[in-house]
Amino acid sequence: MPVVVDQMAVHFVLEGRLIHRNSDEARRLRAMGDLPEEAVTVETGTEPDEEKTDTLATPVKDEGAVEEVGEEERPDSVALKTDKKQPKITNQINFSGRVTQTFNNPLREKSSQTVRPPCCDFSATTNQWLIYDAYMEETQKQEQNKEKQKATLPKWLMEHKDLTKVGKAVKMSERMVHQNTFDEIAQNFKYFEDASDELRDEEGTLLPLWKFQYDKAKTLSVTALCWSTKFEDLFAVGMGSYDSRKQEGGMVVLYSLKNSSFPEYIYPTKSGVLCLDIHKQHSNLVVVGLYDGCVAVYNLNIEGVEPMHKSIAKTGKHTDPVWQVRWQNNDMDNNTNFYSMSSDGRVVSWTLVKNELVYTDIIRLNGAVSEGPEDAQLPIFTYGRAFDFHKQIDSLFLVGTEGGKIHKCSKTYSSQFLETYNAHSMTVDTVKWNYFHPQVFISCSSDWNVKIWDHTINTPMFTFNLRAAVRDVSWSPYSSTVFAAVTADGKVHVFDLSINEYESICQQSVVDEKTKLTHLEFNPTYPIITVGDDRGYVTSFKLSPNLRTKPKVKKGQEVPKGPEFEEAKMEKLLSLLRQSPV
Amino acid sequence: MADVEDILKRIEAHKGVIGTVVVNGGGIPIRTTLDNSTTVQYAGLFRQLTTMARSTVRDIDPQNDLTFLRIRTKKHEIMVALENDFLLIVIQKPCE
Repeated sequence: MPVVVDQMAVHFVLEGRLIHRNSDEARRLRAMGDLPEEAVTVETGTEPDEEKTDTLATPVKDEGAVEEVGEEERPDSVALKTDKKQPKITNQINFSGRVTQTFNNPLREKSSQTVRPPCCDFSATTNQWLIYDAYMEETQKQEQNKEKQKATLPKWLMEHKDLTKVGKAVKMSERMVHQNTFDEIAQNFKYFEDASDELRDEEGTLLPLWKFQYDKAKTLSVTALCWSTKFEDLFAVGMGSYDSRKQEGGMVVLYSLKNSSFPEYIYPTKSGVLCLDIHKQHSNLVVVGLYDGCVAVYNLNIEGVEPMHKSIAKTGKHTDPVWQVRWQNNDMDNNTNFYSMSSDGRVVSWTLVKNELVYTDIIRLNGAVSEGPEDAQLPIFTYGRAFDFHKQIDSLFLVGTEGGKIHKCSKTYSSQFLETYNAHSMTVDTVKWNYFHPQVFISCSSDWNVKIWDHTINTPMFTFNLRAAVRDVSWSPYSSTVFAAVTADGKVHVFDLSINEYESICQQSVVDEKTKLTHLEFNPTYPIITVGDDRGYVTSFKLSPNLRTKPKVKKGQEVPKGPEFEEAKMEKLLSLLRQSPV
Repeated sequence: MADVEDILKRIEAHKGVIGTVVVNGGGIPIRTTLDNSTTVQYAGLFRQLTTMARSTVRDIDPQNDLTFLRIRTKKHEIMVALENDFLLIVIQKPCE
């Protein structure tokens, strides 16, 4: 660029296009197509420019014309070009594009709308537990795959119209409905404590709670009662008849306190039930003694009304009604076993060995040696009516006979009694050992008497006349000095020897006078008793506080509790008696 | 031991029970002692309520689950038992 000053006027400018012969481009051009002289380089550079100017119209002719034009102007270069047939160099900078424009088709817009595919709204919430459930399902599926179980029926098949799926819920609902109806009773059972007992000095009362009845058992009387040790609200009722002329079958019925309108388990039997016992450890085993001499063991876990085992004539069935059965501790081989006693004179031990009932005679009462001449004349009256095993000493037991005597026996001496007590003048209905004091037992009889004994002494410690035939008596499980008796005139008598040694602290008529009460049982945990009568009803009562008194303590001393204390309490009473001859 | 049908009949015959409805997993009443419209109403409404109640219980502890729901109203008590996705609704008027 020439320097421009004020006084200078430019007439002609020509930009030069000289390329140094040693520059890159010159070398490249040389390599591609021999450039002899400097002038050629300039021309090849300009040619593409000319071609660029003719952009319209595609026909080759035009290009040729351009070419010719180029030729005319620079004959030297063209000649060189055609001789050497130099390929056209297209580099990035000097590129020539050929553009054509076609006819533009006119655009028209056309739209169509289809029917909307069916949609539905879906919304869901996820919670922690839904995720948890999904994971649980997955793990379960994986476990199943591992075990390769067979596929079960599809769920929808089973669900349809299948009420057994709600079995448990229905049972619970029944209990809830029952609780609502008998709400008052349930509240009383749990919480009511008779406040008027404080005014009443020593006496107590029995508050009636639920009444249990089963309408199919209306003609039967209650012949046995037993509480379950494992389920504190479950108790068994044996139904049959004491009347030998009216034997029409029997039942074993188990009730729960939670539902007094219908039993939990029902087992009809062909012959009247006379006694039953629930196993202390295996609460599902119930042994039943029947009027026809059979003993049967029922398993509550098994479906169906048939007993698990039943004794038949071949296997040592009794020939007379079985009056008492009792479970014993498992023997050395860990088989469950029980004892039964019947008026055929036999005391038999039965063992459940490998699903079979095996019997062993323990004592035959008619063959006992220590009978006097009077008994030899009337042999039938020596047969046992009631028995009870000692709470601590397993082999010691008492038998109350139909003649009114009580024999103390041992499992190991089969031919001789250890001791005989002339207890009553009529049949001994019940004998029971005291729960706490190991020497004391109680007996009752239809001769209106209840007697308390110390087994080392031949005469009773206490005698109570209840003015009516006493059918059953029972020690309380919470105190060694409290016991209750039921009489045939519909009364329940409760005694507490530590409070009053001569009279009952509660005498209550619980049914009308024509109904005879047959059995009584204390609940091991709750302060209630159940009483059965000969109309088939079982009524439950709550013991008022006065009947369950703990001894008064001086301030600051701990309330003494526990079996040792109970034993001591009884011992104190007895020792007073022993000193002064009755 | 007793048949489920028998127990249901006993509940229905119990003193004070106004009606029972058994609803299956799909919300369809499969057994009822009430009239049709009331049954459908109860089934639908209680299905919703129990789902919500169940969700509440399980949100707090996923290993826990709802077993019963008792609603005491001015006029009566409605007891809903849940099992296997089924609902058992018992309406009882406690006699006082």
